[in-house]
Amino acid sequence: MAERLQALLGQKGNCRHYTFAYLDESAKREIRRRTLKAVAIPGHQIPFASREIPIARGWGTGGLQLTMSLIGPEDVLKVIDQGCDGSVNAVNLRRLATLTTGCRTTTRTSDATLIQTRHRIPETPLTRGQIIIFQVPYPEILRFVEPRETVTRRMHAEGAYHRMWTFLYENVVQWGRITIGFRYPVMVHGRYLMDPSPIPRWDIPKLDQSPALMLFGAGREKRIYAVPPFTKVEPLAFKDIPFEVEHQAGARCSRCGAADVFLDEIPDEESGRIRWVCSDTDYCDQRLAARGESHRA
Amino acid sequence: MLNSQSPLLHVRSLSKQYGPSCSSCARLTGPEQGTNICPECGGVVACWEVSFNLFPGEVLGIVGESGSGKSTILRCLNLDEPPTTGEAFHSGVEKGKTNLFTLSSQRKRLIQSSLLGIVYQSPHLGLNLDFSAGANVAERLLIQNNTPEYRRIRKRTSSLLNKVQMPVKRIDELSGAFSGGMQQRVQLAKALAPRPMLLLLDEPTSGLDVSVQASVLDLIASLQRKTGVSMLVVSHDLGVIRLLTHRTLVMKMGRVVERGLTDQILEDPQHPYTQELVASVL
Repeated sequence: MAERLQALLGQKGNCRHYTFAYLDESAKREIRRRTLKAVAIPGHQIPFASREIPIARGWGTGGLQLTMSLIGPEDVLKVIDQGCDGSVNAVNLRRLATLTTGCRTTTRTSDATLIQTRHRIPETPLTRGQIIIFQVPYPEILRFVEPRETVTRRMHAEGAYHRMWTFLYENVVQWGRITIGFRYPVMVHGRYLMDPSPIPRWDIPKLDQSPALMLFGAGREKRIYAVPPFTKVEPLAFKDIPFEVEHQAGARCSRCGAADVFLDEIPDEESGRIRWVCSDTDYCDQRLAARGESHRA
Repeated sequence: MLNSQSPLLHVRSLSKQYGPSCSSCARLTGPEQGTNICPECGGVVACWEVSFNLFPGEVLGIVGESGSGKSTILRCLNLDEPPTTGEAFHSGVEKGKTNLFTLSSQRKRLIQSSLLGIVYQSPHLGLNLDFSAGANVAERLLIQNNTPEYRRIRKRTSSLLNKVQMPVKRIDELSGAFSGGMQQRVQLAKALAPRPMLLLLDEPTSGLDVSVQASVLDLIASLQRKTGVSMLVVSHDLGVIRLLTHRTLVMKMGRVVERGLTDQILEDPQHPYTQELVASVL
């Protein structure tokens, strides 16, 4: 798949009429300043002037602007969409980045210096020096319980998160457990409640004490926030009803056989049976490669 | 009930003005002038230089007509909005040495959630009607952000609802589905949840029919006797004031026109306005 992608992207850096990384220098500088502020106040949302880029709002513009403001000629970029390097959205974002910067791209998590992601954190553990950039549709976690921005801002300022706790209480009353499947509320550094973007619960523990810098960009909502490396990130949960990740008993990836990963459920229409595959395609490919089997897309 | 202890709540020269203000506001408004809108600048003087003490275990009433400023005082003391000028000291906050209004909004929020409880006239102000009765009460128990224990919260919520004579089996029903009297009981349970030292009641029974009113008032009075919580009761209804309070302030046009023991005020009113008020009771 990697070769096919390279062929598809082809002519590197041939868009000379554009500034390096598409955004003009002052825009990039503004985003970097906001990013610095976001890193300084973990989990706190910083407004920024979300620029127009040739992608529709809501398709990863926040993440892309962060990527473009940070990327340099030496960087190696990986873009995934729900764990997959080859989906249309990921391919398009990667192509824009390579055409306007000429930087190298990769599908291997361990080779990347910058990872832009939608809805997943790679299974391969991130390392020191890597930066992972999340595309965020709704940055405000308190929107679950309060529609007014003025009020949610005050709630953050005062650390008044009892409404969210009440929401969880009500959830347990109704269903016997917390049913939030994605966008699970997390407390960052014991201070700010944060929307981790729509990653599954499976990925939430990876936010805690991560060696990589994690940046979150919401282009439509014009917000940047961050979790610096080695920061405490805890999912909200009751003492007697602890946080749990997804688990499908007995399910294994039908390609590589992995069980301790986040799996996608693929129904087979003809046989009516359900097949499971790794959501992280690179992780799956690496496992197959290690066994000496050929890649299948 | 009155004792020589230091007051639980000490309020000094509390004033609240809305809109513009000028130097003649105080002079041109008040009961003598018959208005609380300043003719010079058009600003509203909601309350002016109100001072009082509230002692531990005491129930203080504020009575007055609509627009006399009594609810404004309550909102200020619940730290919902800042007063224009004035100070308030709570013996539970830094031994009563710090003016509550000067604290940071975080501290205010903390005091509001641990030392104060409020019951509003209309349930939609005090309750989230889209949440169950239990969740509304639990909200007050969930304010500290350290990992709470679900079962413990559940148990305490049930016991609180029990205390306000709510059928505990209705704990998980939406509070919007309850009758007015029930909603006031839920509000009361919610207000009492963190075992506050001070309970603020803003016309707690005004929207209810008389029989329900009587049972809710009985409940409030018995809870007060059992827990010894101090209360500040705002009402336009002298019946409520007579039943609940030990001492009373009478307000008109933002000013306190008379103050004293409740019995004294009801039996022997001095100010013409109080006389009118007592005489007009049906």
